[in-house]
Formats: sequence, structure tokens, C-alpha cells
Amino acid sequence: MIEFLNLFSLPVLESSLRLGTPLLLACLAGLFSERAGIFDIGLEGKMLVAAFFSAAIAYSTESVWLGLLAGIGASMVLAVIHGLASITFRGNQLISGVAINFLAAGLTVLIAQTWFKQGGRTPSLPEEARFNALEFPGLDTIAAMPVVGPVLANLILGHDLLVYVAFAAVPLTWWILFSTRFGLRLRAVGENPAAVDTAGINVVFLRYMAVLICGVLCGIAGTYLATALQAGFVKDMTAGRGYIALAALIFAKWRPWYALGACLLFGYLQAIALRPDLLEAAFGFKVQVQLLDALPYVLTVVILAGFVGKAIPPRAGGEPYVKER
Amino acid sequence: MTVMTKLMSAATGLALTAGAAWAEPAIIFDLGGKFDKSFNESAFNGATRWAEETGGTFREIELQSDAQREQALRRFAEAGANPIVMAGFAFGSALEEVAADYPDTKFAIIDMVVDAPNVRSVVFNEHEGSYLAGIMAAEASETGTVSFIGGMDIPLIRKFACGYAQGAKAANPDVTVIANMTGTTPAAWNDPVKGSELTKAQISQGSDVVYAAAGGTGVGVLQTAADEGILSIGVDANQNYLHPGQVLTSMLKRVDNAVYDALSQGEDLETGFNVMGLANRGVGVALDANNEGIVSYAMLSKTFGAADQIVSGEITVHDYMSDESCPALDF
Repeated sequence: MIEFLNLFSLPVLESSLRLGTPLLLACLAGLFSERAGIFDIGLEGKMLVAAFFSAAIAYSTESVWLGLLAGIGASMVLAVIHGLASITFRGNQLISGVAINFLAAGLTVLIAQTWFKQGGRTPSLPEEARFNALEFPGLDTIAAMPVVGPVLANLILGHDLLVYVAFAAVPLTWWILFSTRFGLRLRAVGENPAAVDTAGINVVFLRYMAVLICGVLCGIAGTYLATALQAGFVKDMTAGRGYIALAALIFAKWRPWYALGACLLFGYLQAIALRPDLLEAAFGFKVQVQLLDALPYVLTVVILAGFVGKAIPPRAGGEPYVKER
Repeated sequence: MTVMTKLMSAATGLALTAGAAWAEPAIIFDLGGKFDKSFNESAFNGATRWAEETGGTFREIELQSDAQREQALRRFAEAGANPIVMAGFAFGSALEEVAADYPDTKFAIIDMVVDAPNVRSVVFNEHEGSYLAGIMAAEASETGTVSFIGGMDIPLIRKFACGYAQGAKAANPDVTVIANMTGTTPAAWNDPVKGSELTKAQISQGSDVVYAAAGGTGVGVLQTAADEGILSIGVDANQNYLHPGQVLTSMLKRVDNAVYDALSQGEDLETGFNVMGLANRGVGVALDANNEGIVSYAMLSKTFGAADQIVSGEITVHDYMSDESCPALDF
């Protein structure tokens, strides 16, 4: 029994939280974009440029805040390119997304190599150029409390600012999308842009807004990878997290609170895959790590196949809007 | 060596007066470029050392894409470069194609075996270097648990892990060795975030020395080890400088020595297998100003003692790739 409980021990849960945070940010980014009818498989590329520029600027200026700005800015530049290609020029959104991923993978390494000459990575960031765990007043007293102390101190409080930003983004996204006029219009643009246009609302503007918000969130996600979890950029360091976030988005059926659940679940699966010893103790046999790595995708396919409820994407998703003439 | 160099330069003079073209050696760097702070840069340093010591010159190219491998090889061979050295296992299939077309040109490939009469295949005894790293880890560990993080789960990386575990168990039979691989796809070489989480997971299992043989993922491992206050061990190049005083040592693959050796032999390059082990300074552990404070005298004498025994043949470190099994570690 205790072996099973160990699967949910504090270090594993903390690890899930850290691994789930970039997924959550990227997932919400995709949510905004896709709810407005713009498919975005370029989440990965946007996170990657953000990771690079946040690390490079944080290293050069020794200010993590400038790094964050640079990360968000770089990600937004790619978001605008995606917007231009898929909204203004009505290109294929999937192809534009793929192009952005390739562009980001090549560009980051190229710039890093010419800039720092360290084999396509940035130098390690010093302590002051990183997002460190926030220091809550009285943290030591809290940690000393029995039972709840370690949980509060390590699991709830012992994180850096961007983790809280990610979690605060969930209710915020929910509120924006479902309680504001802007959110209603944004969702409508993803379902039936012609109707929105008929009502005299600017479809193109709304879609650009969605794509830009997506850029901001991807920027934070990339910055989190490079300046909070890590101390610098390494080539291809996003390692497919943008795609897992997309899977989480489908798994969450394009809903913010579900997205939180999906990302925490996927984060947990990644975290438990790092502890084969606990899995073996709990189940009594060796569990293949590859199985756990594949599980997010398997679950997504199950959802898509309609076994557990139906996942219906925004109706106008993937289609450029053309005014009737 | 100097005698040989003199002989060679004498031969050069003769060749020139005879009107024949003196073949310049050439070196091809793999993707990543010659200033990658790792494999390629090490190869470049070896070539530069040769050039400085002999006054010779060499031709070089930095590959920009996979498609250029065969093209670069053929171009140098057509231009009469000899020998042609290539840094990296990825040249294997290209060289297999090209080698037979230029029987008079000598090739040296590092980290890969290509079976052709005019090819020197340089391989490293990584298990021997890792064995020494394992001894140092077990000596430095206070918890009695040391760990290993590999990149992609391939036999070569298991060879590192296996050597490390054998060394650790030799220094302290009661030591616990934890080994994790980052993944099973090439993405595992560049996932520092996962490297960090693996390090934290191993720390929660009691490890206080972690050895990373994982490419870019290792950057995350070394960083987290430094952040969490445990020791780490770098790989391939000397990575001690990354976190001075917190990287116990680095397991060195002396690619520079391999390149230097190949260039020194010139056109008379000895072909066939060329094993770079402890005996011919092909592998080793790094000691410099960055880690002198954390390496104890006792640790050093034990490590050097083992190195001597390996060289003399008293200790044989089991090579995982010889039979795909490891006596000291379960995968």
C-alpha cells in the first residue's frame, strides 16, 4: 500500500508541477489561438525562440525581467508572422506552423553560435539573471509545521513567480473567454466568423488579438524553461513540449479548467516516468518508461476517437476567413 | 616523434623537388561547428597543435547539413588531401561509400568503425575512463549512493554507465548506483529540463554524485547538481569550468590526441582499428584548478592506482558493447 502512496510522494508531485507549468502555459496559448479559429502547431517554435532570447538577453543584461520581455517579444514576432500568413494572406495554418517550428529550430542555434560561440547554446546564467523560488515571509515556520508544513512549503509555496503566473492564467483565461464581451466575440470568430462580421465586428482584428495573446503565453512558457527551470538555452531544449501541449489542448476539449487538469496529468506522467524505482515497487514488475512517455499521445487519440465524450474543435478552425462578395 | 617529424619534412622536401604535389591533410568537422566546446573543438585543438608543432597546414570544412558529408569527403579526396580525418560517427555511411573510390587516400574516422583497407577507425575505451569517474564518485559520495544520467538509450551510453558502475563498486562494494536514461529518441540529447528533473529524482533517492553522459541534456544535470549542492561529473570535453568547485571531474575523450596522432602519421597512416584507451591517453579524467579543492589526495591515489592497473592489464573493465550485458548494473 505504502508503495502505491509513494507514487504520489512530495518529490514526484513537485516534479509534476514543474513539468506541467510550461505545458499549461503553451496549452492556454493554443487555446486562445484555436478558439479564434487559428490552428497553431507553432507553439513549439515560439517557445524555443522565447527560451533563447530570454536566456541571451538575461545573460547580457543580467536582468531576468528584460529577459522575460525579450522572450515574449521574440515569441510575438513569430506569432505575427503566423498571423500574417494565416489571417492576412489566408495561407494554410498548419504549413505556417510547421515553417515556424523549423525557423525557430534553425535560427536559435545559428544566432546562439555567432553570438556566444559555445556550440549553439548560451552561457550559464548567474543567479540574479534567473527566476528563483519566491521567498515568502515565514516560510521556515510554515515548513516546520507537522504534516501540512512540507506540503505547503515545498508543493504550494516553494516555486518561482512564473509558476504562479501560469496557474493564475487559468481562471483569467476562463474569465476572459466566458465572461467578457471580447471573449464572446473571440469564441464566435472561431465558430462562425461570417456571423461576427455581419454584426459589424472586425474578424481580422480579433484573430490577430488571439494570435498575439498566444505569442505572449508561449513567450512566458519559453522563458520559464530557460530562466527558471534551467540557467540558459540549449538547442532544441523545448524537446517536443509544444506538441504535448497541443495534445493536452485536445484532451481538454479546448476548455481552460480542463486544460489545467490535462497539463497536470501529463506533467505527472512525465514526472513518474523519471522514477522507475517507485513504479517497480508499486506494481512489482518493471514498467517500460517508453510506455509512460507515449501515454499522453495515446490518451489524446482515445479522446479524439470519441471513447470518452466528444472532442469538437472550434467549427471555423483552420479556415481562413474570406468575406463574401 | 620529433625524429619522425624531421623525416617527414625531409620527405616533403624531396617530394616537392621531385615536382610531385605534397598532400595536405584535411579535417572535416561535424554539424555543430569547430567551436562547439566539445567534440569538434577538441578535434580542432588536436589539429592546431599538430600544425603548430610541425609547421604544417591542414585543410578544413565545417559541415552545415547532413547532405554535405559525402560531397565534402569526395572534394577533399579529389583535391588530393591525405589523410582525411573526420570527427564523428555520423560519417560512417558516407565513408563506406567513398573509401573504395579513392584507394590511395587514407581516411581516419573517429568514434565509428568502417571496414575498408584505407580507413583507420578510431574508437575510445569510454568504459575505462568512466571506471575512473566511478571510483572518484564513490570516494566523494557521503550518502553511499551515486548516479548516472544517460542521453539516448543506446549501447554506447550503456557502456559509459556500465564502466562507471564497475568503478564505483570497486571503490566501495556497498555503494548503490542508480542509472537513468533520458529517452529513446534523439530528442533525449537536448532535453536539459528532463535532465534537471532526473537529477532531482535521483537526489530524492539519496544520490550525491551524478555523472551525465547526455550531450545538451547534461547541461541541465550539471546545473541542477550545482543548484542543489551535490557533485556532478561531466563528459567528453573538460566541463569542470561550468560550475567551479561543484563538478567533481569530467570523463575526457581525447579526440584531440586521436586527431594529432592521425595527422602526425600523415600519408603513412596506419589503417585498421585504433583503440584509444587509458594506455595511450585516449581517455582520462580531468584535473584542473576548478576541481582541485574537492579532489582529495586519497581519491587521487586510488584513481591513479586503478588507472595503472588497467594499463598493466591487472584490471579488465567490462565493455558493455562486447556482450550487451553489465555485471555491475541492471538496465
